[in-house]
Amino acid sequence: MKNPFDHLDRILEHRVRLQIMGVLTANDSFDFVGLKELLQTSDGNLATHLKALEREKYILVQKSFVDRKPNTRYKVTERGKQAFRKHLDAMEEVIRAQRK
Amino acid sequence: MKPADHYQEDLASIRKMMEQSSKFLSLSGLSGILAGTYALLGASAAYYLIQFPLASNAYRQESVRGSNLVPLLVIAAAVLVASLASGYWLSRRKAEKAGQPFWNETSRRLVINLLIPLATGGLFTLLLLLNGHFGVVAPSLLIFYGLALINASPNLYGEIRYLGYSEILIGLAAALWPGYGLLFWALGFGVLHIVYGAVMYRKYDR
Repeated sequence: MKNPFDHLDRILEHRVRLQIMGVLTANDSFDFVGLKELLQTSDGNLATHLKALEREKYILVQKSFVDRKPNTRYKVTERGKQAFRKHLDAMEEVIRAQRK
Repeated sequence: MKPADHYQEDLASIRKMMEQSSKFLSLSGLSGILAGTYALLGASAAYYLIQFPLASNAYRQESVRGSNLVPLLVIAAAVLVASLASGYWLSRRKAEKAGQPFWNETSRRLVINLLIPLATGGLFTLLLLLNGHFGVVAPSLLIFYGLALINASPNLYGEIRYLGYSEILIGLAAALWPGYGLLFWALGFGVLHIVYGAVMYRKYDR
């Protein structure tokens, strides 16, 4: 049998990134402040992980101005959705394999 | 820790984030009970205004007269304001107790999803009312309220969807028998809110 670990996505091997992907899958889009409140992380930490996901084209960034204040919103891409689903399946596979 | 345990925790945290981000879970069941009570009080006041001494379950042939319109609108507005105020206050308290933000992306989205059908229905009903179509008020408000609840149900506890379906059914029944408008109104906005509020309170608030 193939090693179930092979299916895991290296980019998504981090809890904050998984949580971001979860929030963006459950909602059309989410802004930076909302994500920060929800995940209870620091600005720097969140920004680093968002950058990593953006670089991989898993998420899209939309910058705009709301009441003259800069507002950054994030959206999950089709590619990101697929990667997230595959990674969740792989996690389940690992869990199942180790239960045996 | 084995990797399986680690992934299990990851999965749990993802699920929690997905729910927290999309659902406004601070809605208080108690506020439903209160809103239902105000609606019943309002309906009784309206009954004495337009129907008494006819029995409350009697079918009304005569429609609301223009002279009663203003006091009826005042009663309806008072019920609405009191319900919104206690809903706001109790939900805010529940959010504070749980240490969660009350006004965030999720509650903002909830309000928008509620308001689109609700404001449409409110304006629609008001315009018909101004044209003298008194009979449509009870059914159309019940139906639009039900649609608003269904529209906003992804942002609320799942059971709210069934409250929405029930309001629509009662609204359709009210359209079929316009003479029982007040009775259906009391059922939809009063009794249903109390029942659902009590169920939610037992399930989530204690």
